[in-house]
Amino acid sequence: MGVPEVLQPPLSLRILAAYRRFIRWLTSARVLLALILLVMMVYLILVPLYRMVETTVTYQERDVLAVPDAVPGQLTAYHWVRMLASRVSRVFLYAPLQHSLVVATGATLLAMLIGSILAWLVIRTDMPGRHLVNNLATIPYIMPSWTIAMAWKVMFNTRVAGGTPGLLEYLIGRPVPTWLAYGPIPIIISSALHYYTFFFLFVSAALMSIDSNLEEAAELAGASRSRILRRITFPLVLPALLSGFIMTFSKVMGTFGGPNVLGTPVRYYVIATMIRSNVAIGEFADGFVLAVVLILFTIVTIYINQRLIGTRKSYETIGGRGFVAHVARLGPWRKVLAAGVIVFQVLVIALPLGLLAYDTFMLHPGNYSLSNFTLHYWIGKSDINIANGAPGVLRNPKIYSSAWNSIRLSLVTAFFTALLGVILGYAIVKGRGTRLSKLVEQISFIPYVIPGIAFGAVYISMFSKRVGPIPPLYGTFALLVIVSVAKHIPYSARSGVSAMLQVGRELEEAGQIAGADLWQRFKRIIFPLTSAGFVSGFLLTFITTMRELSLIILLVTPATQVLASQTMRYTENGDTQMANAVILILITLVLIGNFVIGRFRGGSLKKGLGM
Amino acid sequence: MGTTITIKNLTKRFGDVVAVNNVSLTIEAETFITLLGPSGCGKTTLLRCVAGLEDPDEGEIYIGDRLVFSRARGISVPAGQRDIGLVFQNYALWPHMTVYKNMSFALEIRKLPKDEIDKRVKESLAEVKMLGYENRYPREMSGGQQQRIALARMLAYRPKVFLMDEPLSNLDARLRMDMRAELKRLHYVAGATTIYVTHDQVEALTMSSLIAVMKDGVLQQVDTPDRVYRCPSNLFVADFIGNPKVNLLEGVVDGQGCVDLGEFKVAMDTQGVEGKVVLAIRPEDIAAYTEPTPGAVKFTVYSVLPSGADSIIVARTGEREVTIRVPGISPIKMDDSVWLKFDPQMINLYDGATGNLVAVRKV
Ligand SMILES: Nc1ncnc2c1ncn2[C@@H]1O[C@H](COP(=O)(O)OP(=O)(O)OP(=O)(O)O)[C@@H](O)[C@H]1O
Ligand SMILES: [Mg+2]
Repeated sequence: MGVPEVLQPPLSLRILAAYRRFIRWLTSARVLLALILLVMMVYLILVPLYRMVETTVTYQERDVLAVPDAVPGQLTAYHWVRMLASRVSRVFLYAPLQHSLVVATGATLLAMLIGSILAWLVIRTDMPGRHLVNNLATIPYIMPSWTIAMAWKVMFNTRVAGGTPGLLEYLIGRPVPTWLAYGPIPIIISSALHYYTFFFLFVSAALMSIDSNLEEAAELAGASRSRILRRITFPLVLPALLSGFIMTFSKVMGTFGGPNVLGTPVRYYVIATMIRSNVAIGEFADGFVLAVVLILFTIVTIYINQRLIGTRKSYETIGGRGFVAHVARLGPWRKVLAAGVIVFQVLVIALPLGLLAYDTFMLHPGNYSLSNFTLHYWIGKSDINIANGAPGVLRNPKIYSSAWNSIRLSLVTAFFTALLGVILGYAIVKGRGTRLSKLVEQISFIPYVIPGIAFGAVYISMFSKRVGPIPPLYGTFALLVIVSVAKHIPYSARSGVSAMLQVGRELEEAGQIAGADLWQRFKRIIFPLTSAGFVSGFLLTFITTMRELSLIILLVTPATQVLASQTMRYTENGDTQMANAVILILITLVLIGNFVIGRFRGGSLKKGLGM
Repeated sequence: MGTTITIKNLTKRFGDVVAVNNVSLTIEAETFITLLGPSGCGKTTLLRCVAGLEDPDEGEIYIGDRLVFSRARGISVPAGQRDIGLVFQNYALWPHMTVYKNMSFALEIRKLPKDEIDKRVKESLAEVKMLGYENRYPREMSGGQQQRIALARMLAYRPKVFLMDEPLSNLDARLRMDMRAELKRLHYVAGATTIYVTHDQVEALTMSSLIAVMKDGVLQQVDTPDRVYRCPSNLFVADFIGNPKVNLLEGVVDGQGCVDLGEFKVAMDTQGVEGKVVLAIRPEDIAAYTEPTPGAVKFTVYSVLPSGADSIIVARTGEREVTIRVPGISPIKMDDSVWLKFDPQMINLYDGATGNLVAVRKV
């Protein structure tokens, strides 16, 4: 038997075969979905980014006023030079950038300290009340990030900085120093008390997954406890600290609420608030330059951190999800420590809420005596002398429409985010190992490193004009939905991937064998099997969207006002009591949402963060 | 109702790994063929190519007269239209559906009328003796029961081809024995052409009408169980099939009708064979005597392993070690002397360099 001659089929047949193969590749489920997602993400992420950069390097209509020979639309370095190397650069860029870095670094480190210590106490010690500490730790994160900032202002506000006196000043009768009332220190503290939840969750997950045998082995080898902590435990939780760092740092860099409440009144600008002021007066190009700088700085910081610690990332899976046998004994101090920790946590939650509530009952700001008590800000009729004539929040149609907008926005965003998560998870997991899948995964990660305010800025430039078939969306509710969904893409991809990994590929293949097409497979197999992930993703997005401010502050208009932006508006107008009443309503809604999360099996904050 | 399956020059690569390498195989209608080979040899991949879950890189597949895959022509019929059924190793029952729903799924997609669906589901459940479990969820059943439902799910839409990927490997030894008999019976009744993947040679030998042995993606031998056992076409197959393993003794053909093994010589028909060879003889084909016997070689017993129905004896002479199987509990003890006779009629000779069969046993 000889080797059979390999016959080369005619060219036309080979082309036909290649064409058929291509069509089959293109229409296979994972490729088709990946390509659709790719187009969508290019449209929602890359094109807006490109448009933003483009705006910074072209003359705008209004530049004609400052530069007589400017031709709108023409390429120019004008905005970059103005921001980076001119008389105003210090004020517009360098000082705010420095402030952003100080605030973000400070808040991240402080949050890391608080979160890690709490995590260690809860997971690795015999401190009583660990369950309670665990539950309390997530609550500050659920509340809007600038809650504590607002409460801080009620407590420490001072006449020196031109405000009305806060509670402290009222009680002690002397002015509170400005550094305590406004600026970096209060911003750092109030942000850290919000974001420590990240570190708490990441580090406790890491501590839980470390096989305590590793530590016991070291102890048997004669290592001291501090040495074990330093040489064994710390390197193993490093990846968790890194994840927490990246998440917190990029969030604080882009956060608007806290710095706006505690920085802007004393002209302590950070990049986020500076972007806002530029955009507010129509200097889009200048604002976008700042946004680009902010994005670059965030990416570079994350990159450096990843390089520094990146090589150790491989520790992450060590030991599997073993339970912890090794628990540090705290001795006689354990009860005192527990009491201290719980008091701290309760204060961080209850004190701000109490202060905010107290303030809403004070008719004239700065006077905290009982004679000043009023319900006007809650249920009063419009009075031209109070709060610029706004009626109390509970009879104010504006508040109702904002609340409805908030709920509506959160529901719609949560739905699309969760849906997108399943589809992203499918495309990424089914295509594992292909370049297409990797590309989808990488692009889906981009919004993660773009600070909220910058992401919002990106969307101004994108949708202020008609783009292809899409009408100008600026000022519409749809734009708020789109930006919120887009910003959530990294989270939805992560939770989608982990949900999809739980669904063995054979389950879908069995459907293929049975003759089900893509739609039938999704409807009858994939959606039902990932529904727990869908629900938890939905609820988590619902809450985070409800209290999101930085992302949408540049995009809301009076018609699309949500509760979060409404509080800012009142704050900026000096109607503090109204602002505080609104934020309390917002918190109430969020807490109700969180309660619902707890009711659902499988839905939890931790899961939603992709852990 | 079975159908032929023809595989021509099929190759499937994953990156640098050639999982299936130029495999050609013709399977007659109603055959029960087993793909047998060590882990990672490409059995599952070959099965998935036939099922339509993988697109091969080269070759063609026909099911009956229908071309379901051709690289050269760019054709690949979707899995659901190939008229095949597949039982997965882990069963892949849909956990959110009841047994009934699991089974009616494919029938609903084929838009059968309700009463026909009901009838078929009941029939198939009866065939695997699982009537009455319609409303259970997969997690509410034992592994063996899930296994039966996985089979029933395949039977319900009556495909012409059954594909099974190690369907019994997750069952305990006892259940596996029972299910082998059931599966063989099911195949007999349904008459569907069956491709069955396993790395368990006992399963392959007991159940199939044909065994295809694979190694590193390449087909080594396709033959009846009997032929595969008695006349393995190369050293790999010889070594892989049989428990205890075949005795493989390296030696040289001395040109005088003997194979010279160093310690002793075995006289046999070595016509057309020369140079280095490997002599293969099954443990049960070696005759053992406790007294000196003409033509037998003296060995010393190294170890004795009785297992009820028979005993395995490991014996040595010099550097040579052979394994023998004798019926019943043997009176032979360690360090006893035994005289072994190598019947030339039962010996296969393999080329020392290529490992291919060069002289076949006579009986
Ligand atoms: N999706 C895949 N991607 C990359 N390599 C694969 C893939 N599937 C299989 N392989 C490789 O192809 C080869 C054959 O795998 P296959 O699963 O067909 O083996 P098998 O004979 O079924 O083994 P087992 O008895 O362990 O199930 C192996 O080397 C395997 O690593
Ligand atoms: Mg396999």
